[in-house]
Amino acid sequence: MYDLLWLIPALPFVGFLILTLAARSLSQRVAAVIACGTVGVSAVLTLGMIAGFLWNPPADYAHTVTLWQWMPLNSLEIAFNLRIDALSLVMASVITVVGFLIHLYSSEYMQGDEAYTRFFAYLNLFVGFMLILVMADNFALLLLGWEGVGLCSYLLIGFWYQKPENGFAARKAFVVTRIGDVSLLVAVFLIFSELGTLQLSEVLALAPDRWAEGSTTAWVVSLLLLGGAVGKSAQLPLQTWLPDAMAGPTPVSALIHAATMVTAGVYLIARMHGIFELSPSAMTVVALVGTVTLLTAGCAALVQSDIKRVLAYSTISQLGYMFLALGVGAWAGALFHFMTHAWFKALLFLAAGSVIAALHHEQNIHRMGGLRKRLPVLFWTFVAGAACLAALPLVTSGFYSKEKILWDVWISPLGGPWFWSAAILGALITALYSTRLIMLVFFGEAKTEVSHRPGKRSSFVLIVLAVWSLIGGGIEVPHNFGHLTLLSNFLETAIPASVELPPGLDLQLWILLLVASAIVTGGVLATVWLYGSGSPLRQKISDRTSGLQRFWLGGWGFDTAYDRLLVQPIVWLSQINRRDGVDGLCRVAVSLGRTGHFLLSTTQQGRLRRYAIGISAGALALLILMLLQ
Amino acid sequence: MTQIPLEHGLLLASALFTLGLLGFLVRRNLIIMLVCVEIMLNAAGLAFVMAGAHWGQVDGQIMFIFILTMAAAEVAVGLAIILQFHWRYQSLDVDQASTMKG
Repeated sequence: MYDLLWLIPALPFVGFLILTLAARSLSQRVAAVIACGTVGVSAVLTLGMIAGFLWNPPADYAHTVTLWQWMPLNSLEIAFNLRIDALSLVMASVITVVGFLIHLYSSEYMQGDEAYTRFFAYLNLFVGFMLILVMADNFALLLLGWEGVGLCSYLLIGFWYQKPENGFAARKAFVVTRIGDVSLLVAVFLIFSELGTLQLSEVLALAPDRWAEGSTTAWVVSLLLLGGAVGKSAQLPLQTWLPDAMAGPTPVSALIHAATMVTAGVYLIARMHGIFELSPSAMTVVALVGTVTLLTAGCAALVQSDIKRVLAYSTISQLGYMFLALGVGAWAGALFHFMTHAWFKALLFLAAGSVIAALHHEQNIHRMGGLRKRLPVLFWTFVAGAACLAALPLVTSGFYSKEKILWDVWISPLGGPWFWSAAILGALITALYSTRLIMLVFFGEAKTEVSHRPGKRSSFVLIVLAVWSLIGGGIEVPHNFGHLTLLSNFLETAIPASVELPPGLDLQLWILLLVASAIVTGGVLATVWLYGSGSPLRQKISDRTSGLQRFWLGGWGFDTAYDRLLVQPIVWLSQINRRDGVDGLCRVAVSLGRTGHFLLSTTQQGRLRRYAIGISAGALALLILMLLQ
Repeated sequence: MTQIPLEHGLLLASALFTLGLLGFLVRRNLIIMLVCVEIMLNAAGLAFVMAGAHWGQVDGQIMFIFILTMAAAEVAVGLAIILQFHWRYQSLDVDQASTMKG
């Protein structure tokens, strides 16, 4: 059964090839069937592999398939080999299953778009590359997937390329993530020169032998890897591309910029846990990056008026939670939150897409409102997603995953009360902006007419995602009620166990749990009261624009700062550098050509008799030359 | 019949050619220029005939017939161009046609 492993990433690529090569002759229906079918079969295969791992695990809980020798060099052979273990399978299952659902949703959402087949070709290509990324067994293959998903992200952000600002957003995403990619590339070179191998399993096995704990090399490699992860996962300071990436179609935002691609950084750090564990200070940097990101992005999400930008900032913020969890060594917690986040954020984005489509492509939440009665399916699914995002106690999966992170942060030797307080503050902010979104979009009086209702397939996908978002947290429950650790047990075969639980902390856990629940519930209720229809504050809040609000609206001024500090100096430098020495050579050739042209063109006077004089003078000169010889 | 010395004939030919060339260069009337070209052609023909007579070969006279044929063709084309020219510029002044300046 594991022999079919190669089919999982191969099928989406086959779909991509068919859709690209036969784009013109395929009807929209056939294209959708091909795109959904290939990803769907991949999803079934991935789930089959997970079932295989659970009932009949292979030796060492990992299975490697070498497809062919990719780059046979003298001292090093880079094979095209895929490896699955618990970590890869968790990632791959989310990618294929959420990917399939989003494909299904898009098949309806994108109907009528001229570039329907192109859209699905890119989407399939993305799924293929993402699977390569999480199943790669060596760094070369991992980089192939890493750059591949970056390319697809670029292509899909700029999908409606006729609008210049979409192209600009796509370029921005590409360039900003490229900074992280360079950092990752340097890390890979460093690992190769230090350890002499690119095989992930060998790197993890060799690293503790070669590098002492706390050594500088491990620290540098960890930070470089973190740089790559920060770029891809839109963490501070490279987060500026993600809000602009919302220029792409909404299913793309759901799949690439919320559920899967942006979590590649989380995967990278979790995969390289062995190196990070060698450098506790680098782990602290990871946790700090996560904490600062989750707070800043959360604040920015509080004041956004574009529904997709609210969700984009909340994605950055939730990714910050994952980084915080990674930074304190709560590997399983990060992966658990990745899973639940993928479900509910995909749900939120898809529901937001339906809201936007229902309101004549209106994205401003201040011009929405009163949709509760008119779009009930959307309302209930959106509320389910937002409740998960806000981590409403007991009934949502987001609660369990966020609680796990909070708890691990509290007891981890690398975490502590400070990180915990920042995370709980972030949870409060999350509750505030999620509720604000619901209140503004679905309550109050209607401001825009509903023109279009979600179809059967969209509703089906939304309901499936909503149900799973609500009950999916049940696979991992804190030990004081239920103590269910299905996911951690599964992941423990691939990455180290979660933070060790000291005995006799039950009371603490209860207190922390109650505090977190109280804060979140309080935040939700306060926002409901603030934005409720009877409240006089509602109008006040939406009318007032303070300086802080504008500052947060612009994402803490990062864009402006980067523009002033980096973009403008580079533009200025290139402008003053226009006439340098190398250009001189080219310019000489140009001026030679131009002078020659000028001289020759003056001989063309249009006077017949002058030409005749020229001919006779030439003939005479030749004659004289012959006579003289 | 006394043989005409080669030098005399060649001198006459070159005198005719020079006259034709000068006429071609200084006159602006297209028809006169065409006549001058004919004079130059005939000067060349005369030189061929003289040389042929000097060496007792028929080649010179054959060449002259060629030149005659070519001159007839050239006049046909030339006159057609002149007609077009006159139709377009309402004049035969060759300097009028200077629009192909580089």
